[in-house]
Amino acid sequence: MPLIKNGAITDDPWQFPAEDGPMPETGSVAVSLTQWQREKAVLLARSTPLGLLLTGNDSLDNIVPNITAYDLIAFVFPTFQDGRPYSMARLLRERYGYTGELRATGDVSRDQFLFMYRCGFDAFAVSAGNVIEDWLRAVSEISIWYQPTNDPRSALTTLRHKLHALE
Amino acid sequence: MYRYDEFDQTFVRQRVAQFRDQVARRLSGDLSEEEFKPLRLMNGLYLQLHAYMLRVAIPYGTFCSRQMRQLADISRHYDRGYGHFTTRQNIQFNWVKLDEVPDILAALAEVEMHAIQTSGNCIRNVTADPFAGAAADEIEDARIWCEIIRQWSTLHPEFSFLPRKFKISVNGAIEDRAALRVHDIGLQLKQNDTGEIGFEVMVGGGQGRTPMIAKSIRSFLPKEELLSYLESILRVYNLLGRRDNKYKARIKILVHDLGAETLANMVEREWQQLREGYVNLPDSELARIACYFAPPDLEDAAETDNGLDRARRANGQFESWLEHNVNAHKQPGYAIVTISLKPEGGVPGDIDADQMEVVADLAQRFSHDELRATYQQNLVLPHVRKRDLHVVWRLLAAHGLSTANHGLISDIIACPGMDYCSLATARSIPVAQSISQRFNDLTRQKNIGDLRLNISGCINACGHHHVGHIGILGLEKNGAENYQITLGGRSDRSAAIGEIIGPAFSAEKIADAVETVIDTYLDLRQPGERFVDAYARLGRGPFKERLYATH
Amino acid sequence: MKLEIVSANRLTDGRVVYLSHGGRWSEKIVDGRTARNDKESAALLTEAEASVAKCLVIDPYLLTISDETGAFTAMRLRERIRQFGPKVNQTLDQSV
Ligand code: SF4
Repeated sequence: MPLIKNGAITDDPWQFPAEDGPMPETGSVAVSLTQWQREKAVLLARSTPLGLLLTGNDSLDNIVPNITAYDLIAFVFPTFQDGRPYSMARLLRERYGYTGELRATGDVSRDQFLFMYRCGFDAFAVSAGNVIEDWLRAVSEISIWYQPTNDPRSALTTLRHKLHALE
Repeated sequence: MYRYDEFDQTFVRQRVAQFRDQVARRLSGDLSEEEFKPLRLMNGLYLQLHAYMLRVAIPYGTFCSRQMRQLADISRHYDRGYGHFTTRQNIQFNWVKLDEVPDILAALAEVEMHAIQTSGNCIRNVTADPFAGAAADEIEDARIWCEIIRQWSTLHPEFSFLPRKFKISVNGAIEDRAALRVHDIGLQLKQNDTGEIGFEVMVGGGQGRTPMIAKSIRSFLPKEELLSYLESILRVYNLLGRRDNKYKARIKILVHDLGAETLANMVEREWQQLREGYVNLPDSELARIACYFAPPDLEDAAETDNGLDRARRANGQFESWLEHNVNAHKQPGYAIVTISLKPEGGVPGDIDADQMEVVADLAQRFSHDELRATYQQNLVLPHVRKRDLHVVWRLLAAHGLSTANHGLISDIIACPGMDYCSLATARSIPVAQSISQRFNDLTRQKNIGDLRLNISGCINACGHHHVGHIGILGLEKNGAENYQITLGGRSDRSAAIGEIIGPAFSAEKIADAVETVIDTYLDLRQPGERFVDAYARLGRGPFKERLYATH
Repeated sequence: MKLEIVSANRLTDGRVVYLSHGGRWSEKIVDGRTARNDKESAALLTEAEASVAKCLVIDPYLLTISDETGAFTAMRLRERIRQFGPKVNQTLDQSV
């Protein structure tokens, strides 16, 4: 499954051990919240990067206390219609200061990229196809945003403000 | 009214290009119907029984003659020469072709219009009092806030995949002409004890199969903080609204399950975090938007006009029209004109291209180029000089637009029903037609007085039957159309859900049944008592008795 | 006796169409190919699905018709409205 990060196809260094499978000895691992809670001590004793694989059902209350421990937080979209991770992503980025990789996986298509990107997602596991071109096109289709979020693009109010300052 | 600046213009153009690309991908097979459907819905494009239907947004029902003329052109060029105004202050075209929709959207963009968020599980086109900016009973023009909400909710990155659709309505007048209490969020502008203007925030109203009246969760919100508060409500809903059952996914169910107080507390907690952030607009931007809604340049006209009085006395039809279709304006010497789209035997809300042009001309000549679409599927000329009323009426009359029935029994709200809608269980239009023909005598209608009769073709309740004084719901029973009557609903400040009166009636019997309800009311009412008030006093007993009496 | 045909909406313009001979789609119900038993119905649907893959139509399905009057008429009201169009100027008492 191709991974898009920073506008390029990237190798995915992360391993996602099965819920009841063995934990890889080395390398980066991302686990579910249940696995995390069960094996927290073991996981924290590793010297390699740790990550979480979450769904919209998980509560951020269980994630925030250890937020600095994670280098990856991946949200599974069982269907594109599940809009919860958009709010969770913004909260992680804007309220809890999470700076690691925020990945969207599951039912992710180019027509959602832009929404996700603006909510703070910066990595996308996509199914296949001519993905990079699609991605580059999708993120440039719309350049005007009415809502301020914390993505680097200026929201319209800022643009208008700048324009009026010039006048 | 609001005008696009270069950014708004760029945005809608980009959006058209984006959809053009999506349509091309669909036609070439890159996108399956399953993948394409949510994308077309985000642009207001439905597949109905006979064809695609495009729902065009008229933000908070405000538009101008240039836009109306473009709608007329679009209806001629891409459709069958007519359009249908809906209860959400939008207009629908019933016969568009998929491969031409990008061109239609481009034509709309030329006149600062679009079809964004007129469908799908997102924040829908915001609605308002159609008399906003003109009403005599106004506290503040709701449209300033509607435009702010429109911009904030447009392609909101966080709230484009909500559990279900989300409707916001704003009212700035005393009377509620925007059905606030049956919206997901209803915002009522008000003044507090210290003279500041703010909002009462009501949440969780709605119709459909579980109709509910909205609950107030904040009695006063300083108006400058509107967006952060809305963002808080939407965030709580986005995270907690049910996604396992689409019939339980609206915010009304969340309000019901948690209780209004718990929800209010959650929203309040979220808001404490957001209100200091960057969501609320800077004062300069608030002022920029407010500027567009400065009152038009109305002259100091005399409150009474001799010519008008003479014409009124000389012509009974004109007099009736003045009585029903003309409302008080905040500026002396001016009036608000409602153009009824409910001619006898007509299709409620339908208007043909020629009529659209007539209305556009009238708006330009006599109403400071402003038009409104109403929740009741009519049109409004908001700023007409009293001394122009007679000529406006004559021009309307010449084009079948002077029906003097606003607020009367034949001013029926009806959804498209099974004549067009793929979700319908029965037809609505023929029922509306037969009732308006049955009560065609205007003297009789006037005698019946203020009455809202609303018809829906299925339980989705787009025809607002739950809040009609008389509501009619079309159902299917053993392959035949059947119509259930509810009584006592209302959508005003004292909003209430109508009560089901008893077993449904067949298509042949429904007009008779309505007539029985009316006769019962006429027999039992006290002097000056409106239908809803009489119903509130009498309860359903006497109506039920007469309706189901065995002869 | 059971009599079914396949209907769908055409992708390009959304218009009502019926599966006809040679995998073609027609706006006229008389052109519709009929199925008289489950096996024939299933075969018709399979053929229709091929048109979905070719981006010709959307969501094909079977509907029951009658040919008693000598012409094909859909049995359900919804299908008759699809067949004949909205009769917006007709009163309720005149059935479609
Ligand atoms: S109420 Fe039902 S029939 Fe009427 S427009 Fe809505 S979905 Fe269609």
